[in-house]
Amino acid sequence: MLIIAILAIAISFRVGEFKPGLRDFLDILQNKEGSMELVILKQIRIPRIILGFAIGSALSLAGTILQGVYRNPLVEPYTLGISGGAALGVALAIVFNLQQLMGRMMLPLSGFIGAFVSLMVVYNISISRGKIRIQTMLLIGVMFSYIASSVMMLLLSLVSTDDMQTVVFWTMGSLDEPDTKLIQLACILSLTGLITSYIFVRPMNAMRLGHEKARHLGVNTETSMRILFITASVLTGMAVSIAGVIGFVGLIIPHLIRMLIGSDNRVLLLASFLGGGAFLVLCDSVARTIILPNELPTGVITGIIGGIIFVVVIGRKNAKMNL
Amino acid sequence: MHNTLEIKDFSCGYHGKFMISKINFNLPKASFAGIVGPNGSGKTTLFKGITSELESIAGSIFIDSRNIKSMNFKERAQKLAIVSQHIESPDITVEDYVLLGRLPYHGKFQFFESEKDFEIAKHYMELTGTIHLKDKYMDSLSGGEQQLAAIARALTQEPELLLLDEPTSHLDIGHQVQILNLIQNLNQNMGLTVLMIIHDLNLAGEYCNYLIMLDNGNMHLAGTPEEVLDYKNIEEVYKTIVITQKNPVSGKPAVFLVSGNVLGESKKYNSQR
Repeated sequence: MLIIAILAIAISFRVGEFKPGLRDFLDILQNKEGSMELVILKQIRIPRIILGFAIGSALSLAGTILQGVYRNPLVEPYTLGISGGAALGVALAIVFNLQQLMGRMMLPLSGFIGAFVSLMVVYNISISRGKIRIQTMLLIGVMFSYIASSVMMLLLSLVSTDDMQTVVFWTMGSLDEPDTKLIQLACILSLTGLITSYIFVRPMNAMRLGHEKARHLGVNTETSMRILFITASVLTGMAVSIAGVIGFVGLIIPHLIRMLIGSDNRVLLLASFLGGGAFLVLCDSVARTIILPNELPTGVITGIIGGIIFVVVIGRKNAKMNL
Repeated sequence: MHNTLEIKDFSCGYHGKFMISKINFNLPKASFAGIVGPNGSGKTTLFKGITSELESIAGSIFIDSRNIKSMNFKERAQKLAIVSQHIESPDITVEDYVLLGRLPYHGKFQFFESEKDFEIAKHYMELTGTIHLKDKYMDSLSGGEQQLAAIARALTQEPELLLLDEPTSHLDIGHQVQILNLIQNLNQNMGLTVLMIIHDLNLAGEYCNYLIMLDNGNMHLAGTPEEVLDYKNIEEVYKTIVITQKNPVSGKPAVFLVSGNVLGESKKYNSQR
């Protein structure tokens, strides 16, 4: 997995309007201070790759966590409406100019609040008599996404064109982020998410048997679930507030990796983390190059691939009713 | 004698709906007890009370003289293992599944099993005859094999008390006897205290040395199989005419069902006794 991740980063390095070879890269590192190439690499390409990796791994990790807790392979931030909620939170923040009032960190924060609120709403509606009905939850999640995006449309039609542009630009999902502070934040949060999930990796493994059986094995499922929910919300909120809505990464990657290596979360979490990062970096490379010299929003690529996989999974799930 | 399980005036249930009340019984160490009763009499509810899945409304439960309310999840899982009626069959191997039984003994930051955990898991897989299945996936096993793997997992928890929820349902008689003989062995050789829910009154009478009969959320009777499996008790609780006899070999009570055609004769038979 690590090898795939490194490969993806290497590929992403090379493609684009400007194509550095390995030798160019070494040249740039050694001398040629202040050259055009160096500026491109240092200020655009490298930050973008780092950010892509952080966002991709965060989304994929959030998906793995949610799938582990809910024991359903179709659950992920996007299908549960968490991404939608986060997006709505960020849109509200932009429209009400919160980032100018309270500083830059307001966007990630409102993204997180939006993510958490939507997770709580979807969770509480779909729980009945102590049991979670997964099918209901997925439906409510998807509906929640629609409602959130409709409310966003409503907001857009009410606000000034300036704000509108900011929101639209950002909703399309792009990894073009000039602010190094935010890139650092993304890296720190996704790593924190990875560490937190590993603290709860044994409870997650036990939950594969079902929550009641996990409790019989001495797992405090309530606490574990609460903390894992918060972790997934933070990861999603952060990813959405920085890169916009990039759907399905949390669905595709954990699913593929589970097929490859099985469901032991001790391996799965790290592999999904790396795989998600690599996947988004690759998707971004495609998005950057496919219609040169223009760029596609990255979310478009992940949406197309992810949507197809979602349908395939549902088709297979009907054949095999387990999990 | 030291009691592994003590249940005192225990009531629990679902709010405003079904509940069990005033349950009282003690299980000395190494007893092999069965809970019998018709569908909906509260057998599973009682299990959920013992595992704290349902909160108690009144009374208390002690395992090894400790109130279960004062134990945390891990401590409880070290004392008490349960084999559920429906075995989950996730896509994990039998060995990984059995190893999950060591979870209550792991520290918060212990990610991988120790040598000792592997040894314990191997021991119980050998004991239950599932060692040859260890690399197979749980969802590829037959019902009987899954039941055995679940028992191996429960034993790997090294509990004082083993709860089994209908371990023989959906199994043919060969597998029923295989599973119950295994549990009997564990009970006699390891001194494991066993409490199981069982529908089949003949199996209950043959294997258990103590029976608790529930009826509509209340304890109808508790005692030896001979006391409990009397035709009068069974007819009262199950509202069904039966004939009781002794197993010619073991001398344990055996229960015969009566079809509609011979109902009259069976009443005569019972009144003659």
